[in-house]
Amino acid sequence: MSVLVVAEHDNSEIAPATLNTVTAAAEIGGDITVLVAGSGSAAAADAAAKIAGVSKVLHADSAEYANGLAENVAPLVVALATGYSHVLAPATSFGKNVLPRAAALLDVQQISEISGVVDADTFVRPIYAGNAMATVKSSDAVKVITVRTTAFDAAASEGGSAAVEAADAKGDSGLTSYVGAELSSSERPELTSAKIVISGGRGMQNGENFAMLEEVADKLGAAVGASRAAVDAGFVPNDYQVGQTGKVVAPDLYIAVGISGAIQHLAGMKDSKVIVAINKDEEAPIFQVADYGLVADLFEAVPALSKELDG
Amino acid sequence: MKVLVPVKRVIDYNVKVRVKADQTGVELANVKMSMNPFDEISVEEAIRLKEAGTATEVIAVSLGAQQCQETIRTALAMGADRGIHVLHDGDLEPLAVAKMLKAVVDKEQPELVILGKQAIDDDANQTGQMLAALLGWGQATFASKIEMGDGEAKVTREIDGGLETISLKLPAIVTTDLRLNEPRYASLPNIMKAKKKPIDQYSPDDLGVDPAPRLETLKVEEPAKREAGVKVADVAELVSKLRTEAKVI
Ligand SMILES: Cc1cc2nc3c(=O)[nH]c(=O)nc-3n(C[C@H](O)[C@H](O)[C@H](O)COP(=O)(O)OP(=O)(O)OC[C@H]3O[C@@H](n4cnc5c(N)ncnc54)[C@H](O)[C@@H]3O)c2cc1C
Ligand SMILES: Cc1cc2nc3c(=O)[nH]c(=O)nc-3n(C[C@H](O)[C@H](O)[C@H](O)COP(=O)(O)OP(=O)(O)OC[C@H]3O[C@@H](n4cnc5c(N)ncnc54)[C@H](O)[C@@H]3O)c2cc1C
Repeated sequence: MSVLVVAEHDNSEIAPATLNTVTAAAEIGGDITVLVAGSGSAAAADAAAKIAGVSKVLHADSAEYANGLAENVAPLVVALATGYSHVLAPATSFGKNVLPRAAALLDVQQISEISGVVDADTFVRPIYAGNAMATVKSSDAVKVITVRTTAFDAAASEGGSAAVEAADAKGDSGLTSYVGAELSSSERPELTSAKIVISGGRGMQNGENFAMLEEVADKLGAAVGASRAAVDAGFVPNDYQVGQTGKVVAPDLYIAVGISGAIQHLAGMKDSKVIVAINKDEEAPIFQVADYGLVADLFEAVPALSKELDG
Repeated sequence: MKVLVPVKRVIDYNVKVRVKADQTGVELANVKMSMNPFDEISVEEAIRLKEAGTATEVIAVSLGAQQCQETIRTALAMGADRGIHVLHDGDLEPLAVAKMLKAVVDKEQPELVILGKQAIDDDANQTGQMLAALLGWGQATFASKIEMGDGEAKVTREIDGGLETISLKLPAIVTTDLRLNEPRYASLPNIMKAKKKPIDQYSPDDLGVDPAPRLETLKVEEPAKREAGVKVADVAELVSKLRTEAKVI
């Protein structure tokens, strides 16, 4: 067996999601090759070579890979996939965009967002917003898989010494072009890999009130998240959304503030180790999954929490 | 410009899904079914393009059992012009769906296909990307804004780090995210009118596609249940429990 992991990176650093994907690859077994497709991405390729457990890095460095456009990356993955038993990518917006395109070109039915490896052909994946877990077996010659990163530990980013080999670029498809991006910048940890997450919902009432959560987040070293309702209402940007159709998180501590606990929200956070809910409605469904529930008005409880953390 | 909108019939998003005791799947008998919420967003976007004079015809396509016609009727009641139903009674995987949609695209020659980014039942998030690959078209997944230009479209995408904008040559594939628009409700007169709109029916065979699944579902289980927690009296008790009992802060 041999596994090709399609790395997510920003041309200089490897995204943490890649490390979780390498662990999933290790559970499948066999040699692990990491593909770094980028432009001016030597630093990312070198970083990939240091990941523990990786035996080879394939480095395709060319202008058409600068922004990870699926139309350009997928044919590269397809060209390299023969020779591997499995092709993996993290189930991030990058992996979800690129990998199904490669799978279709390979005539393979992709297995999306696996949360467990049973054996080389058989995988567990959540369906119906995580309300059911399906065990599926693939008969395709190459298995094409995206990985739910919260279900696998991160591989060590240091300790490996893989060889970096250049891979031929496949050219620009000419179908799409990159215009630009508006990325949220924050000093806080990244939502999907933070140890602590504090999220606000519709109960926050407006974007300014999120400052209360940010204050607590900074005291705890936490990331800030939100429910769909809070994002739809424009309190916070889209990349804050936790849930079935947003980001999946599984921190050591998840604090839900003014969030009712709809199935779609729970789907994104119910694998957190410890869940705290602050809600003024004691009947709110969020309390059914909370380890510690506080029935209180958040406008009193959150400032009090911030103060208590100083003590 | 023709716009094709694939619409999937799924368990309604409000239903609490139950796993069958024999672990073969989830309970679908007597469960409320609706159009996949992302597909409502796709239909809405297509109709807006027609209202803006950009699109000339909106075609709703659904693949699956006979009841998928209800889902197509919902799209027609919202404002789609006609429907296509590919009748198939077994399980359908995204690759097979994408192959059949490709055959429909070859027949209809739309310039834009708008799909949901994911279906809320199987959560695969694949079909649009696969269709784009099979057609050799560009793809803009997770769209929160679509601006149609001359022979091209500019699409803003919701990505993990924020927003990204790409421009695509037409014809192209777009998959919708939650913030693209707010779908309308069908009015009663439009629901009546929709009953008279045509729906063509095909079989996978007519389209030359073998719909047999590639994946075998060995079992479907309940996820691990969380232990019921406790209510704390105040913030002081909460913080003390987090420090000394849970040891997470
Ligand atoms: C296709 C689809 C996909 C979806 N995907 C997602 C997703 O990925 N993520 C997601 O989160 N949702 C998602 N949803 C939406 C989901 O169904 C809920 O609508 C949403 O999660 C509700 O957000 P909320 O809990 O913030 O708001 P509400 O349900 O309105 O809850 C607000 C809560 O705040 C409490 N509250 C109000 N004021 C105070 C106060 N002063 N002090 C304390 N508590 C207070 C209230 O008691 C209430 O429980 C999706 C829905 C659909 C149809
Ligand atoms: C345990 C299990 C049980 C299943 N049982 C059944 C069953 O009883 N009956 C059954 O039919 N399938 C069944 N399936 C198949 C499954 O529900 C999906 O139809 C299939 O895997 C496609 O995935 P998806 O819809 O999540 O694709 P996604 O890629 O997430 O879908 C994205 C978009 O593609 C379009 N699309 C996808 N499918 C269709 C469609 N059929 N028609 C029109 N547009 C579509 C829509 O625009 C949708 O928004 C089952 C799957 C599993 C794992």
